Amino acid sequence: MEPAIRVEHLQVDRGGRTVVDDVSFTVSSGTLVGLIGPSGSGKTTLMRSLVGTQIVAGGLVELLGQASGSPSLRTQVGYVTQAPSVYLDLSVSENLRYFATILGAPRASVDRVISDVGLRPHADTVVGQLSAGEQARVSLATALLGSPQLLVLDEPTVGLDPLLRRDLWESFAGLAEEGSTLLVSSHVMDEAERCQRLLLMRDGRILADGSPEALLARTGATDFDAAFIALIEDPSK
Amino acid sequence: MTLRRTGATARRVLRQLRHDPRTVALLLAVPAVLMGLLAWILHGRDDEFNHFGPPLLGIFPLIVMFLVTSVATLRERTSGTLERLLTMPLAKAEFVLGYALAFGFAAVVQGLVVSGLSFGLYGLQVAGSAWLVVLVAVLDAVLGAALGLSLSALASTEFQAVQFMPAVILPQLLLCGIIVPRTELPTVLHWLSDVLPMSYAVGATQQLSMSATVTSEFLIDIGVVSMFVAAALVLGAATLRRRTR
Repeated sequence: MEPAIRVEHLQVDRGGRTVVDDVSFTVSSGTLVGLIGPSGSGKTTLMRSLVGTQIVAGGLVELLGQASGSPSLRTQVGYVTQAPSVYLDLSVSENLRYFATILGAPRASVDRVISDVGLRPHADTVVGQLSAGEQARVSLATALLGSPQLLVLDEPTVGLDPLLRRDLWESFAGLAEEGSTLLVSSHVMDEAERCQRLLLMRDGRILADGSPEALLARTGATDFDAAFIALIEDPSK
Repeated sequence: MTLRRTGATARRVLRQLRHDPRTVALLLAVPAVLMGLLAWILHGRDDEFNHFGPPLLGIFPLIVMFLVTSVATLRERTSGTLERLLTMPLAKAEFVLGYALAFGFAAVVQGLVVSGLSFGLYGLQVAGSAWLVVLVAVLDAVLGAALGLSLSALASTEFQAVQFMPAVILPQLLLCGIIVPRTELPTVLHWLSDVLPMSYAVGATQQLSMSATVTSEFLIDIGVVSMFVAAALVLGAATLRRRTR
């Protein structure tokens, strides 16, 4: 079976600086992968390269067996940017109905995704009047429309309360069990344990790649912060 | 390209306008109040109101629509919604036409309000058909929207976008023939005015105020304005980029 994501020797230059440097990895279908790293490590640029909105300097990026940016991927890949990219002057359901029409997703999926992100009571509220966390969930709901096979989520849980963060991570795991592939970025190390696989990123490179348990075992650390520091100080680990 | 996605985009833009009643009120009231002011200034000089009125009936909506459209599309570029849409199966032409339809509809309403008041209340008179004046006013407003749509690509902030109004519109206002007839301009400026869309927009209304029949000059003028609209929309679609740095 085709891997859901295949990246080979990807390089991205921005403003005369190499921000993604010779990155290679593959992700098989039905996996929940965490892309963990500090802010400025190149996570967003890597994700933009995957969904085909970033001009890349070199390397190969394939999603679901097709070159990134292929028109046929546009209904199969859901992407959530860091800043909520929805219309602040429309209500939650007006936003979702519009994006559902563009995606050709069934009307019923609008109600489903509103429930999935827990915004049922705010369905008719104008997005600009919601809190930042709620706005982020509207943006996330948009990516869930039409049940995409691959979800690329850039820091979807920033600023959310712990209960909601737990619920969202559980629904991510549920989606992966149903066969979707998810790449979720975070700068919060304790979210790492929620993933089946981790890609630790720093200065545009992948520092480590493996399961959370393997990472802790390899570094002898008890938490992910310590594991991350151990890897930076001694990359041979 | 599908009508469904184009129509959905147009409805979405109109829905955004509906959530912002103050903008709608300004959109309709500003050209109407300006025409009223002009009628008042030229009170008792009916010839002059009938001379300046028709071209300005087109120019005021053009300016208003230019500003509103350039800010609206710039907002779409900077808020990330455009980038999101372009990762979805939305063709660039569908996006641009959706905007053109929505603001075209707003232009029709605006054109009817300002023309209705000008002819009904302010006493504007033209030799030709008043309905053709309405048509030109709407076409001018659509031209403003199309220019705003394509020029917003050159702006990266809203401060820059609003500066395009004095930079792009005011020179055309000086050269379009209301201050000095275009044929009497210095040669170089006459050439320059030949390639500016507002010259034709104003030319069309001048034809209507002078001639009771539809002249071939009038048809050429509105043909040229329509071509400028089409060119600006194509340019607007061409400036949308799925991949950026």
